[in-house]
Amino acid sequence: MIIFDDVSLTYPDQERPTLSHVDLRIPEGELVLVVGRTGSGKTTLLRAINGLVPHFTGGTLTGRILVDGRDTATHPPRELADVVGVVPQDPMSAFVTDTVEDELAYGMECLGLPADVMRRRVEETLDLLGLADIRNRALRSLSGGQRQRVAIGAVLAAHPKVLVLDEPTSALDPGAAEEVLAALQRLVHDLGVTVVMAEHRLERVLQYADQVILVPGDGAPVLFGAPEEMMRTAPIAPPVVELARLAGWQPLPLSVRDARRAAGSLRDLLVGQLPRLRSVADSPAERAGLDDLTVRYGTTPALRHASLRVGEGEVVALMGRNGAGKSTLLNTLVGVGPQPVGDVRVNGRNPRDLAGTDLLRSVGLVPQEPADLLEATSVAEECRVSDRDAGCDAGTTRALLALMAPEIQDGIHPRDLSEGQRLLLVLCIILAARPPLLLLDEPTRGLDYPTKARLARVLTDLADAGHAIVLATHDVELVAEIADRVVILAEGEIVADGTTAHVVTASPMFAPQVSKILAPSTWLTVRQVAVALEETEAAG
Amino acid sequence: MRDPRWLHPGAWWVWALGMAAAASRTTNPLLLLLLIGSAALVVHARRPEEPWGRSFSFFLRLGVLVIVVRVAVQVLFGAAVGTTTLLDLPGLQLPVWLAGVRLGGDVTLESLLMALFDGLRLATILICIGAANSLASPTRLLKSVPAALYELGVSVVVALTFTPQLVSDVERLRNARRLRGRRTTGIRAIAGSAIPVLEGALERSVTLAAAMDSRGYGRRGTQPPAQRRAAAALLLGGLVAACIGIYGLVSTGSPALLGLPLLVLGTVATVGALALAGRSRVRTRYRPDPWRGPEWLVSAAGIVTAALFSAGAYLDVPGMMTAFDPPAWPQLPWIALVAIGVSTIPAWAAPPLPPSASRVEPVHVPEAVAA
Repeated sequence: MIIFDDVSLTYPDQERPTLSHVDLRIPEGELVLVVGRTGSGKTTLLRAINGLVPHFTGGTLTGRILVDGRDTATHPPRELADVVGVVPQDPMSAFVTDTVEDELAYGMECLGLPADVMRRRVEETLDLLGLADIRNRALRSLSGGQRQRVAIGAVLAAHPKVLVLDEPTSALDPGAAEEVLAALQRLVHDLGVTVVMAEHRLERVLQYADQVILVPGDGAPVLFGAPEEMMRTAPIAPPVVELARLAGWQPLPLSVRDARRAAGSLRDLLVGQLPRLRSVADSPAERAGLDDLTVRYGTTPALRHASLRVGEGEVVALMGRNGAGKSTLLNTLVGVGPQPVGDVRVNGRNPRDLAGTDLLRSVGLVPQEPADLLEATSVAEECRVSDRDAGCDAGTTRALLALMAPEIQDGIHPRDLSEGQRLLLVLCIILAARPPLLLLDEPTRGLDYPTKARLARVLTDLADAGHAIVLATHDVELVAEIADRVVILAEGEIVADGTTAHVVTASPMFAPQVSKILAPSTWLTVRQVAVALEETEAAG
Repeated sequence: MRDPRWLHPGAWWVWALGMAAAASRTTNPLLLLLLIGSAALVVHARRPEEPWGRSFSFFLRLGVLVIVVRVAVQVLFGAAVGTTTLLDLPGLQLPVWLAGVRLGGDVTLESLLMALFDGLRLATILICIGAANSLASPTRLLKSVPAALYELGVSVVVALTFTPQLVSDVERLRNARRLRGRRTTGIRAIAGSAIPVLEGALERSVTLAAAMDSRGYGRRGTQPPAQRRAAAALLLGGLVAACIGIYGLVSTGSPALLGLPLLVLGTVATVGALALAGRSRVRTRYRPDPWRGPEWLVSAAGIVTAALFSAGAYLDVPGMMTAFDPPAWPQLPWIALVAIGVSTIPAWAAPPLPPSASRVEPVHVPEAVAA
């Protein structure tokens, strides 16, 4: 269906090719997962399939890409629209119309399909993706999972043979991600659509893949093969594979189900041991407190009667569906958003009374789009401005950055940093004023495993140094790695608040892979298991 | 029971423009107020619970503002009419070359009434336009534009969806400034966030363009280039002819041939060019709004209203124009009353709205987890 024949691609103003000598043959009806580190060229590979690269982005492409027999060199994206459907990373940015039904029909209108065919296909697509109840809704009013399903439906209605998706579940909560993946499964199984998808959250998608394309980056050759084979050596792997590598299981399990079957001996080995947890003081000094807090946007309540206490040195994770009130809670703690009803305290003061340096010195928030906070034209300049804002000694921010991300150069424009590097830069800017309370909103969106591991280490060190940390996230693996406590929000209410092991193992939706494999014991991460195994070996 | 559906937006606009044309034919305040009442009745009966549906009250307020401004201008600058002086403002003698303009001076009852009626007429016209605005979905109206103007329609839709995103961008960046300890109000704060907001908008438009391209926007048509050029020339020529025709009709003293014949010719050429250009499009339409009985009824109501008012004005039926010098209580001419009765027909003739559209959807709807 898709043939890459010795394809190399070099973007303008770049010396080294982003893709070099790629040879791929993707047969019809396969679900292919594209795996690689951030910035390795995954998106480039995806966008080359329908000709957006290089027709839209510029660059020099050598070799040939054939999709259903059509050469992308002679067919621009619009002439491939009936064969390839592309779902971009942020569906909202690609919607052309304003209601669900119109959006589903838009692609078919462009292709010039007759009205009766369009009518029938829109109805089919609404049923296939479970969108019938929201067919008349405005796109802006949809939740993240609904938007993603509409975006998939919008390209699917035109009956393309190939569906290309760029990080379809990264911004979704675990429940919504499962909905989207179930819909994709149905397409592959029932309609024989060829699906090519890139995704950082391998733990969610790896089990569904028929083939894996590994893009190592830096122009190294692209590898293509069966998932078990590729995962044996891949530099990025989900916890289930990490655990299998640690325990030496053969053949390599890719799903929790397979891993459970292989895990019997490991479970026996770990009997009588408990995961080593970070020690937190019994009654730490309060850094943030909410009492019976209600926040409304217009008449819609975003938080209802929420009470929460966060102490010095604690790491608290906020979880829950998209729109459950996580961001509202964080914003309220920095005094942003509508005037709340109830009591908010940050180090004993109302954050709304704080501004400027006073605010920076008591609380810092890394927002969902870290780039919003950046304004200078170079990293060095950004650090200088940050020192001035925070009123600290010159060089403080730069020194922090050198500690966390030593590879970042002074002269580089913040826009040219990778997503993960940008996040660390913003984190350093926030930390320059040494706020005792640190808040992060969705810090791991678009981060690969190595970057995530680095962030986890940084955050754990900060907590050990006494910072109180609250993070809102959908990433159960990150939560398992660093959080002491988990708070689950639903429709603006706090529905669960307890230690991480207690809360996440109580619900399959929020449980990390390791805990599912080793249930009923409360191991959460591969690292915990590794430490325990080392100790067993040392003792025996 | 009729099936709920959207009325063709074109029908709403014909009705509303008919109402506006009727309003322009009278200065009788009672008739104007009745017209506003009729518009409000129809809007109340068939307004959708969508963002644009709430614009009617905005137009009502705008109407009040128009009346106030019109009266204020009359009081301050207008020449006095009549003799019933209510108030004597200190006047200012202006130089000779500003003859006709007056500052201050006597305020008479007659001139006040004249301004009031005049302002009310303008306000009524605006409110009728507002009624169409809140009854007809702007995007559905764009779907009905001729295929040749399709690109224009798309750019308007894109602009309509970009504006709310721009507003939320500004809000987000304002919050970001607070997080870095900056001021969030004042000129510098606005200037500081202007560039990131524009950058964001630019990035989004590139993303959108890529998405539209990959979904088949602008696929090649089958029309030969010669035919395409002919259509363009015909369109341009037709528009120029129509413009000259209108000029000939409006201006006195131009030859008769320049007026109506040229306008008709120009219109025909324009319509022909649009049809020719539209034929080449690959594009088809999903569920175009049908034009059936209710559409005919609604648009006929507007046209009949305008025709009856025009006839009344043409025949000088007493009461169409209200005397203000000397002031007299306005009469209610029967022909206008019939017309206003006709103008309320859409409140019943238009089909009821689809149920999902007349319900307010909260923005943060949590997704039901599929069982």
